[in-house]
Amino acid sequence: MSYIRPSFRHPNAEANAKGFARKDYEAALSTLCAGCGHDSVSSAIIQSCFELGVEPHRVAKISGIGCSSKTPTYFLGKSHGFNSVHGRMPSVATGANMANRDLLYVGVSGDGDTASIGLGQFGHVTRRNLNMSYIVENNGCYGLTKGQDSATTDIGSKSKKGAPNPFEPIDLCALALQLGATFVARSFSGDKEQLVPLLKAAMSHNGFAFIDVISPCVTFNNTAASSKGYEFVRDHMEATGKIDFVPVRSEITADYKPGFSEEITLHDGSVIHLYKDGKLDCTDRKSALNAISEYSEKGQVLTGLLYVDPDSRDFHNIQQTVDQPLNSLTEIDLCPGSRALAAINASLR
Amino acid sequence: MKPTNISKPDYFHKVVDCQHACPAHTPVPEYIRLIAAQRYTDAYMVNWESNVFPGVLGRTCDRPCEPACRRGRVEDEPVAICRLKRVAADNKDDITHLLPAAGAKNGKKLALIGAGPASLTVARDLSPLGYEIHVYDENAKGGGFMRSQIPSFRLPDEVLDEEVGYITDNKAVTTFYNTRVDSLKSLLDKDYDAVFVGSGAPKGRDLPDLPGRKEGDDNIHIGIDWLASVAFEHRSSVGKKVIVLGGGNTAMDCCRTARRIGGAEVKVIVRSPFADMKASPWEKDDAVAEDIPIVDNHTPLEFVIEDGKLVGMRFDKVRAEYDKKGRRKLVSTGEEPVLYPCDEVLVAIGQENAFPWIESETDIEFDNWGLPTLSKVTFQSTNSKVFFGGDSAFGPENIITAVAQAHQAAISIDLFCRGEELTVRPAPQTNLVSQKMGIHEWSYSNAVGDDQRFKVPHADKTAALGDRLLEVELGFSTETGFEESQRCLNCDVQTVFSEALCIECDACTDICPTDCINFIENDKEPALRQSLRMPAENLTQDIYVSSDLPTGRVMVKDEDVCLHCGLCAERCPTSAWDMQQFLYQVTKASQL
Repeated sequence: MSYIRPSFRHPNAEANAKGFARKDYEAALSTLCAGCGHDSVSSAIIQSCFELGVEPHRVAKISGIGCSSKTPTYFLGKSHGFNSVHGRMPSVATGANMANRDLLYVGVSGDGDTASIGLGQFGHVTRRNLNMSYIVENNGCYGLTKGQDSATTDIGSKSKKGAPNPFEPIDLCALALQLGATFVARSFSGDKEQLVPLLKAAMSHNGFAFIDVISPCVTFNNTAASSKGYEFVRDHMEATGKIDFVPVRSEITADYKPGFSEEITLHDGSVIHLYKDGKLDCTDRKSALNAISEYSEKGQVLTGLLYVDPDSRDFHNIQQTVDQPLNSLTEIDLCPGSRALAAINASLR
Repeated sequence: MKPTNISKPDYFHKVVDCQHACPAHTPVPEYIRLIAAQRYTDAYMVNWESNVFPGVLGRTCDRPCEPACRRGRVEDEPVAICRLKRVAADNKDDITHLLPAAGAKNGKKLALIGAGPASLTVARDLSPLGYEIHVYDENAKGGGFMRSQIPSFRLPDEVLDEEVGYITDNKAVTTFYNTRVDSLKSLLDKDYDAVFVGSGAPKGRDLPDLPGRKEGDDNIHIGIDWLASVAFEHRSSVGKKVIVLGGGNTAMDCCRTARRIGGAEVKVIVRSPFADMKASPWEKDDAVAEDIPIVDNHTPLEFVIEDGKLVGMRFDKVRAEYDKKGRRKLVSTGEEPVLYPCDEVLVAIGQENAFPWIESETDIEFDNWGLPTLSKVTFQSTNSKVFFGGDSAFGPENIITAVAQAHQAAISIDLFCRGEELTVRPAPQTNLVSQKMGIHEWSYSNAVGDDQRFKVPHADKTAALGDRLLEVELGFSTETGFEESQRCLNCDVQTVFSEALCIECDACTDICPTDCINFIENDKEPALRQSLRMPAENLTQDIYVSSDLPTGRVMVKDEDVCLHCGLCAERCPTSAWDMQQFLYQVTKASQL
């Protein structure tokens, strides 16, 4: 038996607008457990980048430590990547983004990497509104160290070991909303119809786009009594609405029923269409926070787009940095010369 | 759609495209794996059981398997199945101890007319069962049209002699060579319990009404008769300028033979456009490679005779026009007729059946085309004692079709002699076995190689043209054979899905290189085919549908371009997918 993915693809597979095949966004074969939700997230990222026509060399993938943080090896093999220190992905992403604002930043983290060791870093990258997509592959356990309960494990949830979790969980979406995130969504690895448009919207958002993806750990946390298993999530999942993402300059072909759909135009001109079923206002932070706690009380998992600020101003906008990436500024751009210095000195005399 | 019933042998049989397309249903992937394992004798015997003439077919088969090969749908060229068969034949050990012995006599006697592939297959299938088998043939050796029409440079005599011998050396078989059967009635008057007619389609078509045909007769020959006269060494030369009429494989054999026995300027002239010619593409290539121009779109008008001697042929230039139904009509371009000078003409424009030796009192009925009225299942004629098979049954086809028909005729003859119902046919033998050995361990090599189809080396052209008996194709070396075998996708290792185990984690969907697997809402077949990630446009290929899963969706797999790489099963956490080898064998009259 060989564990190599054959190089043939479907003969009818077409290239995207940029001329790239879907295969150009693939990478090494996953070494995670068979059936891991994270592989589905990787596949959704591949699909999103392919559909968006992102150029692979214009993407930087950054991750921390954990099963989730291994996954950038399994998607976008032709992109830049940095597998950083545990819980420190936000710092590395911030540094990279500061130096080169022209790349698309995709951060991949897990519940341990974000809600435990990296909670502090997560808080600050959120409030700075760094222009990146921050994806948490949330399996409610420490899969890489044999499935101990994590900070997102729901109270009473039982993993393979069988003991109910006694502690209150951290709801990362609620936390992100409170800390000022400008794009917040929750999804499920087993629902690509929802996840792919969310990822595309997140990658098109100007600012910090946070997606908490419930991604079951088949080995340690896919039990009947776990609130992060395939079966539980499917049975208890409620969506804020069906989401459709229409990229910039595309014709809107779908027929949207007035009154039931909400149209949100993002900074880059792309449009998110949301077919709503309830009262959630996706542009109202309070409404999102209320909805999360409402569903949580009912024992349900609210997924879909929770909040977006279409007028979001990212860290560079707030800091008023130059449009040109800082890493491409030369000495001539950066050093005004002795005459300018003399003028400044003179003005102070 | 209703869930696919995989317990019916037909479903997985169709997935093995090569085997399904083969008239004899030879288990192709099975023997290709044996070749890869250097088990040439075993590979040969898998073939021999199924198609009786692996060495002959490895050189001359019409290869219906290759256009069907799944590999040809994911890249340019199919696996060189035919040439791999030859690797098994070329490299096997002595197999005589593996051949079935004559069975204890059952007191029944059979006459087989003609010693071609059909009769020999019947003899092979029935000799272990105790029948006394008499084979009649007008020639000095067995083989039928494999000997008389296929030139030695494509099929050496030794190969044919060997494979004919495996059958005729059986003690149950008595050959009556140099014995032409001129009367079926007199044969039926003898005490035979059944008679099998495997006399082929021995009459070559002529152009009797073309002007000059009679006058030029000395230098105008019927292709198949001319090939036979060369094969049996009644003829060893031909004129310098030769025209071959016709566009089939016989025409290709005629022109290439003519090149070897004195034809310096040999041309094939054919009525149809080049692309429509009946000859196999590789045979056309081989003819062109031997400096034989193929002149298409020329309809013969007359044989040109000067001083009572053939000096050329005149042709009308035509072009093909197709009506809405795709039927072709050849329309004259209106240009001046063209003269092609020549010394001899070989007419290879088709073959017909002819049964002047079957008397009406034998009660064998013939249809309007001169073919016997037969059951397509039993091959029994209107005289219940007489069975047909091969070209004599339903008109000219090819070796592998003759073998396939003869297997069925042999079953019928056996049932008939035992007084049993002929229409109750034995079911095929099938087997479905998991290939899982452990984690990351499967008992077949699932790696899909990227190599393009390997080319078969040819003998030096000058040497080949100088010697009619020198085989042109040299066959794959064992090394190339191995490499070519690795192009096989193992389509017989089936993806088997168990709904009850599936947790719908999407791992299989994510890993599948060719996007075959889908979990979607059920629908009617046409809508379902269109709603897949990659729409299932190839309607000749089935889609595999599961029963309802817990989410209410179904699993739908398009079989069309599945690489059988096993990654779906490898990445399945619950073994809902398994790779299981499916073996389908046509049941024969006797088991090997």
